[in-house]
Amino acid sequence: MNRIDKKFCDLKSKKKPAFIPFITAGDPDLQTTKALILEFEKRGADIIELGIPFSDPIADGPIIQASYYRTLVRGIKVAQILDMVSELRAVSEIPIVSMVSYSTVFKGGCQAFIEKACKAGLDGLTIPDMPVEENNDIFEAAKKKDFKVVCFVAPTTTDERMSLITQKSEGFLYYISVVGITGIRDKLPDDIVQNINKLKQMTSTPIAVGFGVSTPGHAKLIGKVADGVIVGSAIIKEIEKHTNEPSEKLVNKVGEFVGQLIEGAKGSIDV
Amino acid sequence: MGMTTLKSKAQKHGDSCKVTGFPDKLGHFGRFGGKFVPETIMPALDQLEKAYLEAKNDPAFNTELEYYLREYVGRPSTLYYAERLTKKLGGAKIYLKREDLNHTGAHKINNTIGQILLAIRMGKKRIIAETGAGQHGVATATAAAMFGIECDVYMGEEDMRRQALNVFRMKLLGTRVIPVTSGSKTLKDATNEAFRDWMASVRNTHYILGSVVGPHPYPMMVRDFQLVIGREVKKQILEKENRLPDYLIACVGGGSNSMGLFHPFIEDKEVNMIGVEAGGIGTGIGQHASTLTSGKVGILHGSASYVLQDDDGQTLPVHSISAGLDYPGVGPEHSYLKDIGRAKYVSIIDDEAVNAFQECARMEGIIPALEASHAIAYTMKFAPTLGKDKIIVICLSGSGDKDSFEVAKKLGYKI
Repeated sequence: MNRIDKKFCDLKSKKKPAFIPFITAGDPDLQTTKALILEFEKRGADIIELGIPFSDPIADGPIIQASYYRTLVRGIKVAQILDMVSELRAVSEIPIVSMVSYSTVFKGGCQAFIEKACKAGLDGLTIPDMPVEENNDIFEAAKKKDFKVVCFVAPTTTDERMSLITQKSEGFLYYISVVGITGIRDKLPDDIVQNINKLKQMTSTPIAVGFGVSTPGHAKLIGKVADGVIVGSAIIKEIEKHTNEPSEKLVNKVGEFVGQLIEGAKGSIDV
Repeated sequence: MGMTTLKSKAQKHGDSCKVTGFPDKLGHFGRFGGKFVPETIMPALDQLEKAYLEAKNDPAFNTELEYYLREYVGRPSTLYYAERLTKKLGGAKIYLKREDLNHTGAHKINNTIGQILLAIRMGKKRIIAETGAGQHGVATATAAAMFGIECDVYMGEEDMRRQALNVFRMKLLGTRVIPVTSGSKTLKDATNEAFRDWMASVRNTHYILGSVVGPHPYPMMVRDFQLVIGREVKKQILEKENRLPDYLIACVGGGSNSMGLFHPFIEDKEVNMIGVEAGGIGTGIGQHASTLTSGKVGILHGSASYVLQDDDGQTLPVHSISAGLDYPGVGPEHSYLKDIGRAKYVSIIDDEAVNAFQECARMEGIIPALEASHAIAYTMKFAPTLGKDKIIVICLSGSGDKDSFEVAKKLGYKI
């Protein structure tokens, strides 16, 4: 069984939502990324969303753009990221889904990319710039390997598209909470709970919510209604804040921040 | 190349034997095109496609579009016989399609008038656009001013420096010019930023993309709004020469002026098409913007096409003296025309373009845009190799007034 499916099964029996931190692979360096993943796992994160840096991420706000940019400037390659994941698999079974641009997947050949990702120990992909109707080959190649292609639903998605997407998405369904790009926001949209509940009625696939989820309070709100809580920009901002400090200190500080988000998501603190 | 070979090449792409009638329902031109954008804007593209196809078949829409193109833009633009240039080069007869004579000084306004009418039809209250040289930004700002619609234009900081005059023109027209400081601070990054704005504003905003690039339906729709160039040329050349031209030559950045010129001639097999890309200062990474002549197939800004990128699909830096050609991608239909051999693509370096810029000014009293200077530069090399009975039509896509400062600097003049 794929690690993502197994995780959601376990969590369902415990009646707890998954907490899914997003980090950029290689920011500030790959060894720190590996250490951060292990730290997040230790603190109770359920699934890791690992961003593969891309030069032109149109769904991302300034924080993730900057993170991708400083990582690419240092010359990181996809092969190095996959090597890091392989190394990590010697010590951890935490499910990892990679956020990757279709440009990168397409470049080396879709099937070859999935095979390499699978071999390295990734459990799935989210491809934010690939709509569900575009590429059946990817879904078929993934299915053969029990590898998950996680699809997106946005607040602008029509009912017709929603049913198409819910049929295609595997592992979980990524609900984009806001009309807009990734980034830290003070407040989540008023209609978010209503939208998640509507989506829940259309599918039995777990629903994880991201974009704009920034504080333990947000995590708590989302954790009550959705099956998963995704936080990206707020964590990247925290990494950026400690980027000049020694790796151990950075990992510890960011770990503490993620710990609070986890407590929020799991509803074990008052926020 | 004969049509039979063309058709067999088209079949390789899994298409029925045709060279026109593209794109398919999902926006594919053979293996190129498509819609590779975040889900948030997918519904807006569907809405845009539907609205466009309805408008295209609505006589009232077409009458209105023709009205503004005639009364406001000043169409048809002339097809001018460049007699002195022709005689000096001593070969083929050269005609210039004078898109520089359009209101705002370039072909870009053909598309912005069409798209703004569509935006109004869809009930959108705000317009956004990206711009490189500033010609598309000015054309968008102009249309927005004329129709009284709020308009924001994204422009790379580096381009704002190179094209300060156009920045001022947009501001005069009541548009907000938003500087883009990410990445290379040029057209590619301005396009990213416009998409990001649209991610958040999609419900009330229409994004006027300026070239035959981006996700479907843009490559098809922008092409259609630019077809007026080629259709006029066809009529004008038949009146003047009683036959079709032997060569069509136009510059290619994203490729809208060239596609507008080429497309109406696609089934006229005796007409050869040559697209001229920016060769910059060399063939190394970051020294040029010759996407079709040296790129590989990849994904950028929502479609599959030839792209300048590395083996991980990361976009590579590009360079051209011409801000309008300084782009690492190209329209998917050009990629298709290249693959099936219907059009040929060549490259011209900065110095050759600057030389052609001056030559056209001296010989014809016309200062061409640096973009169009690439097409003229290629013609200066190519025309002398042809007989005097041959006819070349160059798309003079825009006026070079905007480039005067940049060229003066390059030539060591202080203004």
